Amino acid sequence: MYTEKVMDHFMNPRNMGELENASGVGTVGNAKCGDIMRIFLDIDENQVIQDVKFKTFGCGAAVATSSMATELIKGKTVEEALKMTNKAVCEALDGLPPVKVHCSLLAEEAVHAALWDYAKKNNLEFEGLKEPVADIHEHDHGEEEEE
Amino acid sequence: MDKLIYLDHAATTKVDPRVLQEMLPYFTENFGNPSAFYSIARDAKNVVEESREVIAKAINADPAEIYFTAGGTESDNWALISTAEAYASKGKHIITSTIEHHAILHTCKYLEKKGYEVTYVGVDEDGIIKLEELKAAIRPDTILISIMAANNEIGSLQPLKEIGELAKEHKVLFHTDAVQAFTQIPIDVKEMNIDMLSASGHKINGPKGIGILYMKKGIRAGAFIHGGAQERRKRAGTNNVPGIVGMGKAVEIAMAEYQERIAAKVALRDYLIEKMLKEIPYTKLNGHRELRLPNNTNFSFRFIEGEALLILLEQAGICGSSGSACTSGSLDPSHVLLAIGLPHEIAHGSLRLTLSEENTREEMDYVVEKLKTIVQRLREMSPLYEDFIKEQQ
Repeated sequence: MYTEKVMDHFMNPRNMGELENASGVGTVGNAKCGDIMRIFLDIDENQVIQDVKFKTFGCGAAVATSSMATELIKGKTVEEALKMTNKAVCEALDGLPPVKVHCSLLAEEAVHAALWDYAKKNNLEFEGLKEPVADIHEHDHGEEEEE
Repeated sequence: MDKLIYLDHAATTKVDPRVLQEMLPYFTENFGNPSAFYSIARDAKNVVEESREVIAKAINADPAEIYFTAGGTESDNWALISTAEAYASKGKHIITSTIEHHAILHTCKYLEKKGYEVTYVGVDEDGIIKLEELKAAIRPDTILISIMAANNEIGSLQPLKEIGELAKEHKVLFHTDAVQAFTQIPIDVKEMNIDMLSASGHKINGPKGIGILYMKKGIRAGAFIHGGAQERRKRAGTNNVPGIVGMGKAVEIAMAEYQERIAAKVALRDYLIEKMLKEIPYTKLNGHRELRLPNNTNFSFRFIEGEALLILLEQAGICGSSGSACTSGSLDPSHVLLAIGLPHEIAHGSLRLTLSEENTREEMDYVVEKLKTIVQRLREMSPLYEDFIKEQQ
């Protein structure tokens, strides 16, 4: 059901772990729905993401989208990272099953939440960066349950 | 280990080679329609009746009370819908439990749309029905109680005899979905006052696409599948002769080898449970420690999610199943795990391993060894585990 890229990022996740003294940390999702993502960012004085790590509680797709999202923003500026969409994460993974698309949304939200934390700590404002919602599960997960 | 370790016997089982041998002639030389008159048809009719006898004997029913269906789901649909229709003049209230299989729950939802009222009785933390709650739910317009014999996810055994007594006392019909329990626990429909019972072939080393509904004599429920006069006008459609022969043989073997099989499965199950709880921290056994199916184990590993677990298990050559939302494609984890009171995040991290008498202790050792690594790996990835460890410090 998963593409080779999803499987690769699940089996060999990139940038998994924690950052001590991170410039920004964001956690999104909830345990009730079975996925939580946490992103740690290390951002330098030029607003470039020098390092990024993630931790995820969730399914194969949740882990793979977190891993891919960290790859997509590493070395980018804050403004570039803000432009990373869930669609870009999906495409970089060669697609996700419809019921798993919400995982990529969660990855986008996790990055935004970490950037928000960084902005708040540094009294910065960025266009398009809003306070993260605690729970993005208000939308449905796609297809109806299969029997 | 380079071979596959199959631990999903509650999902389906391998056809026993002796069952397959018995079935084969009924695809080719003995292909006759049992409703016809010539000799190959008579032979087909005889074997259908022989199978019926074997199956009836296994639950202490009369052969005339056994109807062949296409499987457990059809039997459940038939039992509920036809009874509801036949007894609507008495009342339109049905009682079932919160942990039934979807074959029952979704049929109940259907009946609710048709104007019936359904009470879903809860279970305790071990997944065993609350008898007092069941008793209190019975009303003058209650026509049917449908409670499974054993749960498919957590293996919890239900007090059939007590439910049967309650049903009899209140003159309510009692149906049980015994798809998982059939030939795994003793079932006596007379002693337990069971009026209807569903069972399936493929869970007991028989073929897929065959099942039975036992319906006690005198129950007015009519046909569910309409057409020809097969199965004493109760279930139309040409008999699935190879399937019926296969199910009959599977039951015959299961009953003949009953003691050895159960003893082997129980010993292996207990070995796996003890080892798992001992070797993997923050692990919970779901379901009752003793009152459970001989082949069922179900664990929750805290801080991790079931689908990720299954993928890594598959990479290690192990087939299991999980009650996580991600494996069902729905938002919620298993309704059974929620019914026993597990918080969502713990329900998401569940793993069901269901055994057969052919599995070995070496396989169980390998599974626990692999799981240790896999669970630890996923926990290291989990923000929930990170938070938990920090709180401990």
